Amino acid sequence: MQTAVIRFPGTNREKDVVMALERATGHAPHVVWHKDASLPKVDLIVLPGGFSYGDHLRAGAMAAHSPVMKEVVRQAERGVAVLGICNGFQILTEAGLLPGALLRNAGLKFVCRDVHLRVETTESPFTTGYRNGQVIRVPVAHHDGCYYADGQELKRLRDEDRIALRYCSAQGGQDDRSNPNGSQDEIAGILSASRRILGLMPHPENATEPLQGGTDGCGLFDSLTHTLN
Amino acid sequence: MKARIHVTLKPGVLDPQGKTISHALDALGFDGVEEVRQGKYLELDLKESDPEKARAEVDEMCRKLLANTVIENYQVEIEA
Repeated sequence: MQTAVIRFPGTNREKDVVMALERATGHAPHVVWHKDASLPKVDLIVLPGGFSYGDHLRAGAMAAHSPVMKEVVRQAERGVAVLGICNGFQILTEAGLLPGALLRNAGLKFVCRDVHLRVETTESPFTTGYRNGQVIRVPVAHHDGCYYADGQELKRLRDEDRIALRYCSAQGGQDDRSNPNGSQDEIAGILSASRRILGLMPHPENATEPLQGGTDGCGLFDSLTHTLN
Repeated sequence: MKARIHVTLKPGVLDPQGKTISHALDALGFDGVEEVRQGKYLELDLKESDPEKARAEVDEMCRKLLANTVIENYQVEIEA
């Protein structure tokens, strides 16, 4: 499987994603600068976390108009899988590839800790390696992770089984402490209508080595390797 | 020609910063404030001299970049 990782000015998690992809696929990804107007032929494009353009105006707003994004949109429309993590998720919503928007955390604090997530659907190339309802533990690190979509859009996401991951307690239930940012409906990650694009605030790439304190994120990268190969 | 743009969160969209400001005002003794909504103010100097054209152009800027219409409303004032 061939993969590309996009770097914007302010991206800082690209090395983590590169390591996770290399472990899962056996190949080093192409790292592409955001000013490049073309992309190599790949099966997966990753928009990693960070603070593109210093989050000026809104998180992800500037990056969504970078030259490379035209090509990302074109390839996504052709069916190439796209994964946006954290700032990458914000960029995908700003670019219109995923619905909704990410607002300032409800608690107004930068949240950096492990969270539990419930896998809500295994019907996507990103999640086949998990079980429906499985609880995994991965870190979050963000200031603008409160997912918002209007009522109609939320209903569509639910009806079309496009909520991929929800924040939950260690036991898989919902309580006040399990939602780190006030996201509507405890949403941590959503899929596009085609199910080939996933945006999520947590960082599975930072839970792929025992040294990182857990390996629950491996399932996502292994799912991609198995389904896109 | 100057364009003044106010970007505000749509009604119903969570505004924790506005809430915090409201609490701070309350703590200062200003107890007559029912709600605070925080927004953004942008000032643009434009080359365009036709107010109609300027408005249309700024409107497009707002829809494309300056406001996220999923969560925000915007108001444009054009001043010669």
